[in-house]
Amino acid sequence: MSTMQEIEDEIVEDFNLFDGWEEKYQYIIELGQKLPALEEQYKSDEYKIKGCQSSVWLHGEEREGKLFFEADSDSTFVKGEIALLINVLSGQPAEEILNAKLEFIDKIGLRQHIAVTRANGLSSMIKQMKTYAFAASNHSKQI
Amino acid sequence: MATFNVNDIRNDFPILSEKAYGKPLVYFDNAATSQKPQVVIDALVNYYSHSNANIHRGVHFLSQRASEAFDNVREKVRAFINASSEKEIIFVKGTTEAINLVAATYGRKNIGKGDEILISAMEHHSNIVPWQLLCEEKGAVLKVIPMNDKGELVLDKLNTLLSDRTKLVSLVHVSNSLGTINPVKEIIAQAHKKGIPVLIDGAQSTAHAPIDVQDLDADFFAFSGHKILGPTGVGCLYGKLQLLEEMPPYQGGGEMISSVTFEKTTYNEVPYKFEAGTPNIADVIALGTAIDYWNNLDRLGAAAWEEELLEYATSKISAIPGVRIIGTAEKKAGVLSFVIEGVNAMDAGMYLDTKGVAVRTGQHCTEPVMLRFGVPGTIRASFMFYNTMEEIDSLVENLGKAIQLLQPQTAL
Repeated sequence: MSTMQEIEDEIVEDFNLFDGWEEKYQYIIELGQKLPALEEQYKSDEYKIKGCQSSVWLHGEEREGKLFFEADSDSTFVKGEIALLINVLSGQPAEEILNAKLEFIDKIGLRQHIAVTRANGLSSMIKQMKTYAFAASNHSKQI
Repeated sequence: MATFNVNDIRNDFPILSEKAYGKPLVYFDNAATSQKPQVVIDALVNYYSHSNANIHRGVHFLSQRASEAFDNVREKVRAFINASSEKEIIFVKGTTEAINLVAATYGRKNIGKGDEILISAMEHHSNIVPWQLLCEEKGAVLKVIPMNDKGELVLDKLNTLLSDRTKLVSLVHVSNSLGTINPVKEIIAQAHKKGIPVLIDGAQSTAHAPIDVQDLDADFFAFSGHKILGPTGVGCLYGKLQLLEEMPPYQGGGEMISSVTFEKTTYNEVPYKFEAGTPNIADVIALGTAIDYWNNLDRLGAAAWEEELLEYATSKISAIPGVRIIGTAEKKAGVLSFVIEGVNAMDAGMYLDTKGVAVRTGQHCTEPVMLRFGVPGTIRASFMFYNTMEEIDSLVENLGKAIQLLQPQTAL
């Protein structure tokens, strides 16, 4: 498994290949279309993230000291955004997720292209993933 | 006589030559805010360059120059909406503040427990929430005129809805999310038969057709400067003089005061009674310039052009498979709101943005309207007289591409 930094660097490299916002948008949409659908049981209010302009459902699970995420949204673009986050964070140890700076988001120019309301949504998704990580790391400390 | 030529008009608006991501900008978010002609932009710069001073109190040259420019605008607004007196024109931040002002003054004074306020099913949040706050405070009841599937008000039962307990009707003139033009003159006449005053929310209507508050017989009329080519942060509340005179002040301080002692304060006369603090001088003056621009424009020609734009866009967009237009009233202003089967409105809006086409997506601050039509939000293209048929072609072409990209592929 690659480290988070390696995955982030790869994403930044991929995005550097694009000329402009239009190509980046299309790539994120493709990522969204490829993201596997979330199991229906997790598409409930319990897993819904507040603060997103579109609906986003996120489910996290701890397996052998690592956290795995799956998610869905009614917006394909938001699904693409969360696919990027899952790519970086899913399968990583909780402690590392907690400390992740996710600098790639600025480096690929994503934040500058999404309106404030949507940037807040992105922040909410990251916050929720870190909340899972926080719960998981506290849980492992207790053990 | 002035004639309307869209290409000449476009030269007055510098922003229309902007590019977005290297592509010509197509601006179809006019219901949110209109663009500004160069003269309005110049008016702001000129004011700060040559006339900046606080008004009405200074004895010096600049203050007098600023005061005069500011005061002149009240007369321009009066004429623009054909009020009978300058005293009936109150400068506010915009439509939202105007409605809040009426709720906080007329409403608090005249509406009590069990009384009713009547609005419509197509109000935007600014014409819902101030009344809900008032109803909560006073124990009053908010009633709603329903609408049909075309987005037209159902007025059959208006007489019943206008009950003995109704103390105010507050109604949108043109819907920002459906484009419906409401028959406000007839509704006002019906309300007046029962002695009920009516507030008209003119945020969307003022840019699209000449307003005559005396002909409408509106008791209050609210509009925003920024939707009619003026700057943001300024708008007007019109009120019939007698109503304004009977209303208590809104906010305290500054020009609304006649005399203050610790025992008692007396208030200035209308409209100053409602204009606390230093007003938005520069923007009021630039609003005056925007009104001058309207006065020099062939307004009938501009309105006819807007109708053509709407008609053309409606026929082109409704021909796209999977498109459903939300708001198909017989009488509509330049708003085209629609959903596309299988395509999230925001995803489509963001795609259009990558092509330089600016539309609005979402609920348009009219959540109840979206609920009524069972959609989470729409894509809204709203037109102004400076838009062109070529811009609509660009919207249609790029929508086709958006659908191709975003619509889930049906299995073969």
